[in-house]
Amino acid sequence: MRISPDGIIYAEHGIFKINATIAVTWFLMLILVIGSKLITRKLRTDIKISRWQCILEMIVTGIKKQIEEVGLTKAENYISFLGSLFLFLFLSNLLTIFPFYEPPTSSLSTTAALAICVFVAVPYFNIKEYGLANYLKSFIKPVFFMLPFHILSEFSRTLALAVRLFGNMMSGVMLIAILLTITPFIFPVVMSVFGLLTGSVQAYIFSILATVFIAAAAHESATKHFKQP
Amino acid sequence: MDNITFIGAISVFSAAICMAIGSVGPALGEGRAVASALSSMAQQPDTASSITRTLFVGLAMIESMAIYCFVVSMILIFANPFWNYVISKATGG
Repeated sequence: MRISPDGIIYAEHGIFKINATIAVTWFLMLILVIGSKLITRKLRTDIKISRWQCILEMIVTGIKKQIEEVGLTKAENYISFLGSLFLFLFLSNLLTIFPFYEPPTSSLSTTAALAICVFVAVPYFNIKEYGLANYLKSFIKPVFFMLPFHILSEFSRTLALAVRLFGNMMSGVMLIAILLTITPFIFPVVMSVFGLLTGSVQAYIFSILATVFIAAAAHESATKHFKQP
Repeated sequence: MDNITFIGAISVFSAAICMAIGSVGPALGEGRAVASALSSMAQQPDTASSITRTLFVGLAMIESMAIYCFVVSMILIFANPFWNYVISKATGG
């Protein structure tokens, strides 16, 4: 039994394999890029805007509001990363309503890659904002022997981020595959509707956790070191 | 019992035990979290958006325990390393 879309291989050249995960990811990137390009081609600022521009504005301001509520006041710096993360995951999980579509997020490679992006983005944004020294100092707060725990937590939460998304999406795909063999007609439809809900909640959770990680590190970097009397 | 039967039986049994025990704790935890979030939302409806966001983050943290158990039992059933090792030993000589 296949447990991820990595098993479907379209083309192979040496060690480079084009499997279903990569192909579907490229397809999603194409949809996102071409869609945004088409919509933002003629932006207007007057009272009469197109329907698509209205949708896009709602999405962007919604994401911006969420980022600000978590505690990152300058949301414009982060929205390019966090927003595209959310949109990619949301689209990838939403398209499961189409038959024969397997979400690339049900492969551990995709989720691990996204989690590594978050793992790199946390120091990147913090060093950019507060400087290298302040960021490194945040590892030894409140006392210096917390250093190994801070480092351990960086790695373990990256692992948790990857495995959580992978487990949720893979369980949805596998549940429908098993149900199709047991109760073929009505019940898989109900479960796939439930899978839509799970998918959108997981996309939200992944991006909000990335935001929380960046905000938490920023908070640590910004606070002054507390000298004990 | 030979090795293959032994490993197969133990793997299936431990996958079931892992899923059974591993889902009880997170289920109780999530139930408590949702119940207290609902009661605080009923007391203070203004803070509903903030409570919902924190609730989702917390639920994700709790749920990841159950997800770990699920992934471990999936590995035990579909991609068992011990099973593969014994099979390769048996065929390779």
